[in-house]
Amino acid sequence: MKIHEYQAKRMFARYGVPIPRGYAAFTVDEAEAAAKKLAQETGSPVVVVKAQIHAGGRGKGGGVKVAKGGAAEARELSQKILGMQLVTHQTGPAGQKVRRLYIEQGLDIARELYLGAVIDRDRRRIAFMASTEGGVEIEKVAAETPEKIVTVHVDPAVGFAAYQARELAFALGIGGKETLGKFVKLLRALFEVVVKEDCSLCEVNPLVVTKGNDVVALDAKINLDDNAEFRHPEWKDLEDRDEEDPVELEAKAAGLNYVSLDGNVGCLVNGAGLAMATMDIIKHFGQGHGVAPANFLDVGGGANQEQVTKAFKMILKSPKVKAIFVNIFGGIMKCDVIANGVVAAAKELGLKVPLVVRLEGTNVELGRKILSESGLAIQAAGTMADGAKKVVAAVGGAQ
Amino acid sequence: MSVLVGKDTRLLVQGITGSAGGFHSKQMLEFGTNVVGGVTPGRGGEKFEGKVPVFDTVAQAVKATGANASCIFVPPPGAADAILEAFDAGVALVTCITEGIPVADMLQVRRVLEGLKGKSRLIGPNCPGIITPGACKIGIMPGHIHKAGHVGVVSRSGTLTYEAVGQLTALGIGQSTCIGIGGDPVGGMDFVDVLELFQADADTHGVILIGEIGGGAEERAARFIKEKMNKPVAGFIAGTSAPEGKRMGHAGAIIAGGKGTAAEKIKALEAAGARVAPTPSDMASTLQSMMKT
Repeated sequence: MKIHEYQAKRMFARYGVPIPRGYAAFTVDEAEAAAKKLAQETGSPVVVVKAQIHAGGRGKGGGVKVAKGGAAEARELSQKILGMQLVTHQTGPAGQKVRRLYIEQGLDIARELYLGAVIDRDRRRIAFMASTEGGVEIEKVAAETPEKIVTVHVDPAVGFAAYQARELAFALGIGGKETLGKFVKLLRALFEVVVKEDCSLCEVNPLVVTKGNDVVALDAKINLDDNAEFRHPEWKDLEDRDEEDPVELEAKAAGLNYVSLDGNVGCLVNGAGLAMATMDIIKHFGQGHGVAPANFLDVGGGANQEQVTKAFKMILKSPKVKAIFVNIFGGIMKCDVIANGVVAAAKELGLKVPLVVRLEGTNVELGRKILSESGLAIQAAGTMADGAKKVVAAVGGAQ
Repeated sequence: MSVLVGKDTRLLVQGITGSAGGFHSKQMLEFGTNVVGGVTPGRGGEKFEGKVPVFDTVAQAVKATGANASCIFVPPPGAADAILEAFDAGVALVTCITEGIPVADMLQVRRVLEGLKGKSRLIGPNCPGIITPGACKIGIMPGHIHKAGHVGVVSRSGTLTYEAVGQLTALGIGQSTCIGIGGDPVGGMDFVDVLELFQADADTHGVILIGEIGGGAEERAARFIKEKMNKPVAGFIAGTSAPEGKRMGHAGAIIAGGKGTAAEKIKALEAAGARVAPTPSDMASTLQSMMKT
C-alpha cells in the first residue's frame, strides 16, 4: 500500500524524524490559509506547493512549485496544480489527477542527499542506502554510478547501530559534531519508522542539510507491507481510493488478487505462479497476432463459489476483454467450485465472448461435467498450451 | 531415497484444530504421513480425529512424540511465533504453509534461523510444502497427481509445481521429492539449499526448477548449477510478461528498479547449462529431452 508524502511525514514526526512545517490542503482556500499560517509561524513568506499523488518525479512533472511572494502567490500556484493531470516517469503517459496539496515551509538548503530503506531479500536484512546524489532519480544513480550509493544492513537483533549511521554520515561527507549527531539520530529514528510502521520501502529524497546545519527530511515516500495490515487498523484512514485502480479495489474487497493489464484476454487462474505463467503463455502464442492478457487474476486456493463468481463477473464486465481463458490446476481449489462459479456468473451476465477452459486436478471430472451440462459455449482445452492456442485463435477470429 | 522427508518422518501439525490445519491434517493422514501430534495452545489433552494427541506447546509435543518435523497452519498474526517455537523445541524440519506473514516478522525468524547453524531447516512460508511420493506428504499439495520416481522438483510457486508434477506423471516420469520453497521475499530454504540436497541424493537423477520474477534466488541457483551440479536441470521462470512495479500476487514477485526480470534469470540459467522451457506447458518434456541425451 502506498501513502502520500504528507501522511509519511506525519509518521516521521511521531518518531522524531525532523521535517519542515507543513499543512495538507484539499482546496485552493485551504492552501492559501496554510501559506498564511506558515508565514506567521516561520517569519518567512517562502512556501512550497507540492502535489500529493502516489508517484515519484513530481517536481520534474511540474507538481512542485516554490512561492516566494507569500500567500497570494501560493494560492495562484495551487490553482494551477490542483486538478492538473500530473505526468511523471512513474505515472504512465495518462498521468494522475492532483486532488490534494501539501503546503510546506521553504528551507535554506546547503546540501541535498539521498536516503532509502528497503528489504534486501538476498541478504534478508533491511538495507539503508545513502548517496550524495540527492534530489535526482536514484534509479539512474544506481544504474550509472553505483559507487555513489553506500549501503549498510541492519541486524534485526541489534537494531540500527550508531557506528553504521556514522559510516553512512562519513561516506556522505557529513562532518561537524553537531550535524553528525543530528544525522545519526535521524537515521535511527527512521529505522524505528520502518520497523514499527511495517514499511516495505521508505525513501527520503532529498534529505537536506540546511544552511543552519539542521538535517531535515524534505521529502518522504513510504510503501507499507500489505501483509501487516492486520496490526495497523489506522491504515484504513491512510487509504486514498482515488489513487487506486477501481477494478483492483473491487477485487481486493472480494479477497481476490487482481492486476489490470493492457491486453484483450481475460484470465482466471488459481495460484500466483500459475497465473503469471498463464499470462506468459498467452503472450508467447499471441505475439504478432495482437493478443495479450487483459489481467492477472489469482483466485487463490481457498476461494469459495461466490468469490469465483465475482471474479468471473469482473472479467465479463471488462470492455477490453475479447476472449476468456480459465486455467485451473486444482489442489486445495476444487474444479467443481470453479465450474459452478463460472456458470453462475455467465448465466447472470451472459457470455458474449469466446471462453476457453482448462481444468486439471482435484474433482476435475465433476468440474467438466458441470461445464458441459451448463449449455454454455465452452471450448475445452487439454493442456495450458492447447488452451492458450485456442484463446489466441478465438481473439483472432473475433477481430 | 529422497530428500528431507520419508517413511521415518514424524510430523507435528501446529494449528491442527483450525479449519485449514484440520482439513489438511486429515489429507496427510490419508496419504500415509505419520502425523504423531498436533499443537494448539489451550487445547492440550484433546485428540484430533479421535487418535492424534493435541498438545499446548511444541516442546511438550516433541518430548511426548519424538516428532522431527512440523507443519504450520497458524494464521499470519501468530505464524512467525509458531516457527520460532518449533525452532526452540529443536524440530529439525519446519514447514510453514501460512500466506501473508509480515516481512518484518520473517526478518526476525530468518535471523534466529541463521543462529541455529543448520540445526533446524525452514521451508516456506507461503508454500505448498514438501512431498516424497509414496512415503510422506507435508503440506497442501494434491497427493494423487504424484508418482514415485527420480526427478526432484523445487519451486517458488504452488500451483505451478502441480503443473510440473502433472506433466511429469503424464509422461510416466516419477518424482523423488517435490519442494515448494514459497513466494515470499524472506523465507527459509532457497533454491541453492534444495539443489545441494538433490545433487547429493543418489536417487534424484534430474531436477525441475521453477522460479519467478523478483529477487536474485534464480541467479544464485544458476551459479550453483554451473559450479556444483552434474545432474540435468530444466527450468521455467514465470513472469516474462509481467510489468515493472506491479506485485504479481506473491509478495516476492515484483520487478523493482529494473532488477529481478524473467529475461535476466533465464539468461543466467541457460548460461549455467540448465534448459529453460519455452512455455510452462513444456517443463517436463524439456527435462525429458535432457535426460535422454
